[in-house]
Amino acid sequence: MKSLEELKAIRDKMQGQVGLRAESEASTRVVVGMATCGIASGARPVLTALADAVAEKQIPDCSVTQTGCIGLCQYEPIVEVIQPGKEKVTYIKMTPEKALEIVDKHLIRGQVVTEYTIGNALK
Amino acid sequence: MMTEISLNILDVTENSTRAGASVVHITVEVNEERDLLKVLIEDNGCGMSKEQLASVKDPFFTTRTTRKVGLGVPFFREAALQANGSFDIESEPGVGTKVIAEFQLSNIDRMPLGDITGTIHQLVIYHPDTDFVYTYVFNDKSFTMDTREFREILGDVPFDTKEVSDYIKEYLSENKYNTDNGKNI
Repeated sequence: MKSLEELKAIRDKMQGQVGLRAESEASTRVVVGMATCGIASGARPVLTALADAVAEKQIPDCSVTQTGCIGLCQYEPIVEVIQPGKEKVTYIKMTPEKALEIVDKHLIRGQVVTEYTIGNALK
Repeated sequence: MMTEISLNILDVTENSTRAGASVVHITVEVNEERDLLKVLIEDNGCGMSKEQLASVKDPFFTTRTTRKVGLGVPFFREAALQANGSFDIESEPGVGTKVIAEFQLSNIDRMPLGDITGTIHQLVIYHPDTDFVYTYVFNDKSFTMDTREFREILGDVPFDTKEVSDYIKEYLSENKYNTDNGKNI
């Protein structure tokens, strides 16, 4: 059974590291649309897969967050990757599997997975 | 249409956080004897006017500007009504909003509760400015998670730190298991 004592131990362990985290502002932002349209089309497992993979693979300076309706409901679940100095990449009709591909190819190796982008769908 | 009751909870609770709520109470109650599954979401956000409240069940009403339909509340309501249940929403400007959905537990058209642990976890992790009090009741057993307790212990260590996030997920799933013995609801 999880006790609050356990949480205290985590706090003591983490407190020293918090300062470091705050100083290095996350430079890559991964944003998942989490409004009715996103949730209904399966955004929750996509967000979980992304957050777990980013934490597990210890990708530096990368934050995974959620947002509301992006206004492209027919393409949900949508994942946006925003990096400084680069054009925003919008991935559409995501699944947890496709999301993991994006972690490996885009976030780790820096290669945009063109076949899942909205630009590719509109061609 | 959502496929799980927990997804409706996720969606409707997003409205609470966007309404600026500092505390959201979520209660999921399963009672086999009364053949009832009840969901209560209560926030202290900005609330709604009488006019807004009257139109919120209408799919063609939304406060957002990115699209013209708002299906969150209508989806939740339909899910309850199709399972021989009931749906009620009360709100007062400046006080908050309360949503109550009841489902007939054994009804063939009742959608599964689904991944409620994942839903609550996600709400907690991605809304660092909102506190959540989540109560899960199964027959005569229950447990409550109060993020204000976590916050008091953690101080400035954020909820989305991997260790803390993992702790909260395990906390939720262990307590749920101890309450309902892992029963598929």
